[in-house]
Amino acid sequence: MVSLGGKMLPGHGVSTKLAVLGCLLLAACATPEVASGIHDPYEVTNRKIHESNRNIDRKVLRPVAYAYGESVPEPVRIGVSNFADNLSLPGDVVNNILQFRLDDAIHNTVRFMVNTTIGLGGVLDPGTAIGLTARETDFGETLHVWGVGEGAYLELPSLGPSTQRDAVGRGVDIFLNPLSYIVRKPERYALPASGVAARLGDRYRFGGTLDSVLYDSADSYAQARLVYLENRRFQLSGDLEQDDEDLYDIYEETFE
Amino acid sequence: MIFMRKHLNNMQNRRFVLSGLAAIGAASALPGSALAYSAGEANTLITRVVSEITTIINSGRSQAAMFGDFERLFARYADVPRIAQLVLGPDNRRATPAQRAAFAEAFQGYMARKYGRRFREFIGGRLEVNNTRAVKSFYEVSTTAYLAGEAPFEVVFVVADSNGRFIDMKIEGISLIKAERTEIGSMLDRRRGDIDALIADLKRAG
Repeated sequence: MVSLGGKMLPGHGVSTKLAVLGCLLLAACATPEVASGIHDPYEVTNRKIHESNRNIDRKVLRPVAYAYGESVPEPVRIGVSNFADNLSLPGDVVNNILQFRLDDAIHNTVRFMVNTTIGLGGVLDPGTAIGLTARETDFGETLHVWGVGEGAYLELPSLGPSTQRDAVGRGVDIFLNPLSYIVRKPERYALPASGVAARLGDRYRFGGTLDSVLYDSADSYAQARLVYLENRRFQLSGDLEQDDEDLYDIYEETFE
Repeated sequence: MIFMRKHLNNMQNRRFVLSGLAAIGAASALPGSALAYSAGEANTLITRVVSEITTIINSGRSQAAMFGDFERLFARYADVPRIAQLVLGPDNRRATPAQRAAFAEAFQGYMARKYGRRFREFIGGRLEVNNTRAVKSFYEVSTTAYLAGEAPFEVVFVVADSNGRFIDMKIEGISLIKAERTEIGSMLDRRRGDIDALIADLKRAG
């Protein structure tokens, strides 16, 4: 079990470099265990940020997303979302390579080629129809594969739930997509612009679920934290048959 | 070894997605174990549950009628008193038998409304049962939700071996038991630990 930089803080570039180096030396790191439990030493600050995020959602994101969802027909919204997903694929491929997951790198490369050509620039998603389903990844996952622990839970201003590791990952991902270097202005703006539209689409599409977490929970901060961490760990475990010992213990409790 | 097994599972899952073949009943029964139910039975149960959920969401009935249908489905196939106990957690110890019963009943309605709403988002989609595996004293039955215009995602039902009913549902790794334990804990905190007040709140929530 490689567990480097478990308490890594954003900006501690040295420990990241060490983690990278350590992993390269080990060549193929065994898939690290995902974390369990909740590590939230910054809860007081996080809760303040959560409140302001909730206000942003209530006053801006949610109404704009609902207006977008109700005025733009579904096929167009799906097209925008496909387009944004397709633009992020080259970045996924870079991460796949950094994760030594060459099968995923090839899968995503072929998916990008198919969707960019036959899929008319990525607006359509013929890849999925022929078995080249989405295998999204990010630099946070790359760090996980390299053995970096998730660190403390963080709620990021306007971006929402994250962890120290995933916050670093988000920052790195901005620079990791080859398209942002190849494509010139003004086309370059297509990346963030479609990303924002896709995010509005997601907010609309998962509106019920998100509203339920943000506005119907007794403690929306605790609920959002749990949902994020559980889902993220599930993604990172990468297969359907993970052993969630934490949960298995819960199933056998009695409380008599 | 763990890596290898995970990797193999990944490969199998991908092959499953690629071929689109349903590997129904690919059960991993434990030879010589003293389990009351078999993985096959757990799989059959969830196949029935999934088919009833699909019937309810595509019935075209009103939301209120669907909530009633979901509540009957939970009462029939889920171990609601056990779920209620797990969700209440350590506070279950100080609850009287009457409070436990009232909480379980209120929770059943709450669960039907809250998760019924989520299931309604599956309208037009379908759930497919994949495989079942035995873990400790229960079975995990994996299903895949196929929704239009969205990548397929996993919903796992956890079936207790003691009585053959399901005690948890995990949507993309998010366990109902864990999520509700947090939620019920917060609701109880807000009522300063008053279980009767919690039960009253629960009847209106969800």
